[in-house]
Amino acid sequence: MKPAWFDYHAPRRLDEALHLLAEAGADGRVLAGGQSLMPMLNLRILSPAVLVDINRIDSLTSLDAGDNALRVGALVRHADLLRSADVREGWPLLWEATTQVAHIAIRNRGTVCGSVSHNDPAAEHPSVLVTMGGSVVIASRGGCRELPADEFFTGMLSNALEPGEMVVELRYPRQPASTGTAFVEFARRLGDFAIAGAAAMLTMRAGVCERARLTIVGMGEGPFRAREAESTLAGRKVGQAESQDAFADAAAKVVAAVAPHEDVHASSSYRRHLAGVMAARALETAFARAGGRPVG
Amino acid sequence: MAREQSIKVTVNGRTYEKTVPVRLSLADFLRDHLHLTGTHIGCEHGVCGACTIMLNGRTARSCLTLAVQADDAKVITIEGLRAEDGTRHPMQQMFLENFALQCGYCTPGMLVTAIELLQDNPNPSELEVREALSGNICRCSGYQAIIDAVLEAAQQGNAAWTDWSTRSQER
Repeated sequence: MKPAWFDYHAPRRLDEALHLLAEAGADGRVLAGGQSLMPMLNLRILSPAVLVDINRIDSLTSLDAGDNALRVGALVRHADLLRSADVREGWPLLWEATTQVAHIAIRNRGTVCGSVSHNDPAAEHPSVLVTMGGSVVIASRGGCRELPADEFFTGMLSNALEPGEMVVELRYPRQPASTGTAFVEFARRLGDFAIAGAAAMLTMRAGVCERARLTIVGMGEGPFRAREAESTLAGRKVGQAESQDAFADAAAKVVAAVAPHEDVHASSSYRRHLAGVMAARALETAFARAGGRPVG
Repeated sequence: MAREQSIKVTVNGRTYEKTVPVRLSLADFLRDHLHLTGTHIGCEHGVCGACTIMLNGRTARSCLTLAVQADDAKVITIEGLRAEDGTRHPMQQMFLENFALQCGYCTPGMLVTAIELLQDNPNPSELEVREALSGNICRCSGYQAIIDAVLEAAQQGNAAWTDWSTRSQER
């Protein structure tokens, strides 16, 4: 229950951190909020030889709501997002999901970039980034690259980072006009890991669903983009009369597509059932917020 | 690479300079090096909330924080809640009057979490109190009395909390 030995560095500049990570290679880990990494160290699930603590690099704390995108630096904590009026107004899906991340003390320390990097299948942030069509800015000693969210997540607790690389920023595009979003999740206890959840984003024009994005949380492999459900909605007339059928169709596509794991908290079939319920609930709420009439 | 590092930490208003192993948790530092054993360790992986302390004015799990990360930081533990003359913090008094502790193991974490809640939200609903305390497990399951205590503390007003936060930082 105590971590194994490691060498500890707390650089004050990003280039120093990237140099240390390059030297450490596959034996190095970035310590940001520590709310996932420290438990793994304490339980000795991980025992990296080198920890590079980035908490003293001030340039990584920036949270910038620009005209085109929100840029979230590697040291922006969940609690920082929740205190931002810009995020609440301009990126409501991100804000709503963040209210559901763990507990206050965890939100005070844990970072958004850390949650995305960790890619826990039950985590909120990976699915939000995918739903919003965001991207991940990755730095290494050799330079920077930007990856679309869909290409960053590569399976349970896995991502596209190479040794020596770290996530330095997330970018969330501004949502189009006439768009409604919703993030819902189901957990046994407030703040617990979600058994299932859904992030939805609907753009409505004159009663037609112009664009639909739907991502399911908790299905075992990181964010699950429900593409069949999205295409069943895109271009479809969704008024007050049609919405219930449309979202039931989408939920049925979700149930058919997911292949959730089984564990002590929920069976595979219960998780699949919940995925459909969460999908319908998120879509109905997003629809209402997009200016359609509230359903039910 | 040195596996020990010197740190300077202000705990409950008093500054300590110590050399510590880099892998030492802040929880173990408080308990074993400063002998402030009021901070309790339950699960050591951030689930139970017993070790919650204030780090630079915000709650944090001391089992998920390294002692070296608290270099130059201000920490407040359960020992820092009462006044110098021994007067209990108003939240401690409410816990006492509402029988909001049984074995007492979760209490230090519950108290700082409840105090942070009232700093941010002086008049929380019962649901908001439950949500705020959801990261702190009471294995005696005495939740109802704890929630009653926090709600009563909120009813008694905001002044005491502001007063407390400045006092403990400066002492």
